Amino acid sequence: MIEVQNISKSFGDKQVLFDVSGNFEKGKCNLIIGMSGTGKSVLLKCMVALLPTDTGNVLYDNRDFTHGDKQLQTDVRREIGMLFQGGALFDSKSVEQNVMFPLEILTKMTPEEKLDRVNFCLERVGLENVNNKMPSEISGGMKKRVGIARAMVNNPNYLFCDEPNSGLDPQTSIRIDNLIKEITDEYKITTVVVTHDMNSVLEIGDHIIYIYEGRKLWEGDNKHIMDSGVKELDDFVFANRMMRMVKDKSL
Amino acid sequence: MGYDSLFIVLIVSVFLGAVTTLQTAYNLISPLIPDPVISLVVRDMTILELSPTIIAIVYAGKVGSNIAGELGTMRITEQIDALEVMGINAISYLVLPKIIASVLMFPLLVILSAFFAIYSGYLTAVVSGVISGTDYLTGIQMDFNEFGVSFAMIKAVVYGYIVASISAYKGFFTSGGALEVGQSSTNAVTSSCIGILAADFSLAYLLAPFLTPS
Repeated sequence: MIEVQNISKSFGDKQVLFDVSGNFEKGKCNLIIGMSGTGKSVLLKCMVALLPTDTGNVLYDNRDFTHGDKQLQTDVRREIGMLFQGGALFDSKSVEQNVMFPLEILTKMTPEEKLDRVNFCLERVGLENVNNKMPSEISGGMKKRVGIARAMVNNPNYLFCDEPNSGLDPQTSIRIDNLIKEITDEYKITTVVVTHDMNSVLEIGDHIIYIYEGRKLWEGDNKHIMDSGVKELDDFVFANRMMRMVKDKSL
Repeated sequence: MGYDSLFIVLIVSVFLGAVTTLQTAYNLISPLIPDPVISLVVRDMTILELSPTIIAIVYAGKVGSNIAGELGTMRITEQIDALEVMGINAISYLVLPKIIASVLMFPLLVILSAFFAIYSGYLTAVVSGVISGTDYLTGIQMDFNEFGVSFAMIKAVVYGYIVASISAYKGFFTSGGALEVGQSSTNAVTSSCIGILAADFSLAYLLAPFLTPS
């Protein structure tokens, strides 16, 4: 489990996060949702210490990641897999080398073991026979799936996904969502997904935190998000016509 | 890094040697100055200044902008974040090899540059007839101070370090988008050139006295 305790963050004079707290449970898809520019990605980056927090701390299974020593931070980071918004694949490495990279750096596996693991992960995300392709030769959806394969190759305990559906068509989005959900269930890992995609919210939102202007405004799950009673969340959820139609029908 | 710069370094060196020979020859036409002095001047200028410093500026333009552009792109596309999340020290992994490679490779480029510049000076002298080949060869062996080569190598190591470290710094701490990556590359070249010239002056001030015969 990941516990976020009273995180505040500002950039110069502009405060982006105000005292945000929340628990992200093991074996669940935990979603951080909200409008663009509301501080979701900043919260995620604070959680993995890519950005320093002004106040507050983050505990990974009771280990104080924020204030722990360098060794503890390195140990925790080696249990983290992360999917970035654009995939963040290394341009100079092939798909196979990208996925193998964490194993090369962090493990003492033999070349055969590494290749087996890489092929297993690529197969798991539905990508076969692309081992030798370069990131520039594959589509956005494939990049995301390679990113997921790289994130899971080292058997992480915690999986972070920063807007996994951005820039993808609806079918590919659902495929990515399902993949994240399956991996979470299968390996019983703690997954944290930042998104503003309502399909993802409804499909995989086991636990949802709604951030509005840097503050946590609501916490719950996808079964209760439609009747939260929070105006700002309703405006977010029912922003598109289809969701309004669903709401009108249910009424 | 070094291999890819070979072509531009050789082209620049050949023209440096040729132009220096012609200019020196036309400026030293005097019955009081023996012809071999022309190639002596070419040799010392090439080894002490032109090959290390001018080639370092060319190197900053090619390799420095490349390093800053590469690291800047890695930064804005979150590739550096990906390394850090994996628990890898991105500076050690990305920057250190570039500095080591630059410090090792740039002196080799300077050696090649000096060789090609002096050799092209010889060809220019012979073809244009400003001095004879024999006089040129006599001049480049005249009053040779071995410390000049050591001086050039010291400069090359320092310049290699300056170009790689400044460019890596500019690229690594890029923030924003494609526009800022371009700006980082430009800044890397500008700052490297200033660094090279400042180091050139400092090294000349510190080490030039050792060139004077005691």
